[in-house]
Amino acid sequence: MPLRDVAIVGFAQSASVRRESSKNEVEMLMPVLREAKRQAGLRGSDIGVTVSGSCDYLAGQPFAFVSALDAVGAWPPIVESHVEMDGAWALYEAWVKLQTGEADAALVYAFGKSSMGDLPEVLTIQLDPYTTAPLWPDAVSLAALQARAYLEKTGTSERDLAAVAVRSRRAAAANPMAQVRASADVDALLATPYLASPLRTHDCPPISDGCAAIVLACGAAVKKSAATPVWIRGIDHRIEAHALGVRDLAASPSTRLAGEKAGVGTGRIDLAELHAPFTHQELILRAALGLGADVDVNPSGGALAANPMMVAGLLRIGEAAARLAGGAGRRAVAHATSGPCLQQNLVCVLERD
Amino acid sequence: MAERCAVIGIGQTKHDVKRTDVSLPGLLREAVDRAFADAGVGWRDIDAVVIGKAPDMFEGTMMPELYLADALGAAGKPMLRVHTAGSVGGSTAIVAAQLVQAGIHERVLTVAYEKQSEGNAMWALTVRIPFQQAIVAGAGGYFAPLIRAYMRRSGAPEDTGVRVALKDRQNAPKNPYSHLVFPDVTYEMIEGSPMLWDPIRYMETCPSSDGACAMVLASDAAAKKARHAPAWVHGTAMRSEPTMFAGRDLVNPRAGRDCAAELYRKAGIANPRKELDCAEVYVPFSWFEPMWMENLGFAPEGEGWKMTQEGATALGGDMPINASGGVLSSNPIGASGMIRFAEAALQVRGLAGEHQVPGAKRALGHAYGGGSQFFAMWIVGSARP
Repeated sequence: MPLRDVAIVGFAQSASVRRESSKNEVEMLMPVLREAKRQAGLRGSDIGVTVSGSCDYLAGQPFAFVSALDAVGAWPPIVESHVEMDGAWALYEAWVKLQTGEADAALVYAFGKSSMGDLPEVLTIQLDPYTTAPLWPDAVSLAALQARAYLEKTGTSERDLAAVAVRSRRAAAANPMAQVRASADVDALLATPYLASPLRTHDCPPISDGCAAIVLACGAAVKKSAATPVWIRGIDHRIEAHALGVRDLAASPSTRLAGEKAGVGTGRIDLAELHAPFTHQELILRAALGLGADVDVNPSGGALAANPMMVAGLLRIGEAAARLAGGAGRRAVAHATSGPCLQQNLVCVLERD
Repeated sequence: MAERCAVIGIGQTKHDVKRTDVSLPGLLREAVDRAFADAGVGWRDIDAVVIGKAPDMFEGTMMPELYLADALGAAGKPMLRVHTAGSVGGSTAIVAAQLVQAGIHERVLTVAYEKQSEGNAMWALTVRIPFQQAIVAGAGGYFAPLIRAYMRRSGAPEDTGVRVALKDRQNAPKNPYSHLVFPDVTYEMIEGSPMLWDPIRYMETCPSSDGACAMVLASDAAAKKARHAPAWVHGTAMRSEPTMFAGRDLVNPRAGRDCAAELYRKAGIANPRKELDCAEVYVPFSWFEPMWMENLGFAPEGEGWKMTQEGATALGGDMPINASGGVLSSNPIGASGMIRFAEAALQVRGLAGEHQVPGAKRALGHAYGGGSQFFAMWIVGSARP
């Protein structure tokens, strides 16, 4: 069965902030969902399927996604599903549903308020509950292990990592939704103390609250939409083993494989939005996807500038699509990650006509 | 037009109050190994893995697909994790089926589980949201008033719930995977059991179980190579509505009615009670059987209880419901919906053993969750559609 051409026709996000203390998830989502649908020029009744991504452990209560449904206006009842994953995988599920021909337009959204807990510690609960989690390694320490493995294997320096942070933060200066905007130079950053050697604060993402939404369309729904369609030319995702000891942390074979399946290498890439919460991860991902120095990486500032959990991967797809729609290039790659040290990765190739 | 999808392998664990003999991955592998043996496939044959479970807090492992990737042979493959509250076992199977129907994969492994002994499900289900009304202790506290409303509306005889529980508990010993088995269960035993959430008695309530269910879903081509007869997916449907708003009918929710209507349309069914041979319906508290009979359109509104009272829903009746013993007999929450879907498939494959409905050709699997607001259903049949 040939795949249907699916386009992104709407993208909206909240500003990413350290602590959204006045709005709950529903209140954060409502204007974002409305804006995404407005851009798409589609009404609620045009949307054939709705899929969301979020995580109970951020809210600290079970069924955290249930009340978020209030933001959608699910009446009359809607076709709806939820993944306990980053919204990029919700987008994948929606894309699959469109492929079955049962719907022509989809609403995808994701939300996360990390400020309600201690995020690095919360993420420890993702680890093997029998052998790893009881040691309470926090997310930054695990990323530092990976960074050390990468630096030693490749000869990359801490200065190279700082250069990633400077470029990312300076790019974010033009992104009003980003949280960490503008940067001191590399020397000033390298003068700061380690957070977990070899990582310093600038190598790590901010902790963010935020949400985002994307509208997908195919067939007649694209024609009905007023937006410039950005086509999903390929999308694939792969997971790796969980046990850190059996992985080569200095590489990302799952990203490489997903990139091959999504067709990254079949044409020139103008820009890339990579979900790299840590500086060294951007370099690992660039290598895995074969992106050369000519590719504009993370023009939005990326996850180093705004990292709402469960949202930041979906944001990469939205940011890349918005830039293509705005004329910044013709073909882009967007990437999302989940789990410790880039365990699971999704790659999406986007193109405008 | 979507591709065909078939269930070629089914596996379940022995469900129990505490499976202390297996780890979390060990529990899942017990179900997966049985599904593989049934299908005649191995790890290399699987293209993608879709797992589902209810809240991560039940076991205390956040986004457990990450940890379970190793045990489920997912390394190098796509892996998805679905969570749609109590309906999740059903919606997980539907997401997996869509991967085949979309023509993306040939064989998908789907697994749903809960190891409730790792936590305390009753308190995990007692949601306390700041500035919102508390819903008392456990799911029973939430659903008891809905049952009262149903009794008032329908005028159903007071003992309808007891009769549902008696029927499901008489079916349970026929299923080797059942958690709760009372071989000598009587009407008086159920009627005399303690009242938990009036009108729900102890023996009219589902247990809290450790358990898993796995299925191998396959394309048309892959189904031809399966070891046993497949069950063909004739239709799937999902619907959601908000938890609370003025005028919402929680007893006979529109999301369930709309979901069933779409399902019957897809499966080409005009009269479900006549055209379906049996159903596995998510009944965590006895009275939900008559309520869902109406919601599914098996009985006119206000008359679902008659099916129970007349014995229509018994094994041997014209519409056997939960021949497996149902959620009342085994309830690993995240898996309970998938067990319904899998049991429906077992029936049309003729592999349900002692609880087989003779000659079953078409069966419905049903799951619901949240505040009776999330619905997932499928119809499977022995005939290739």
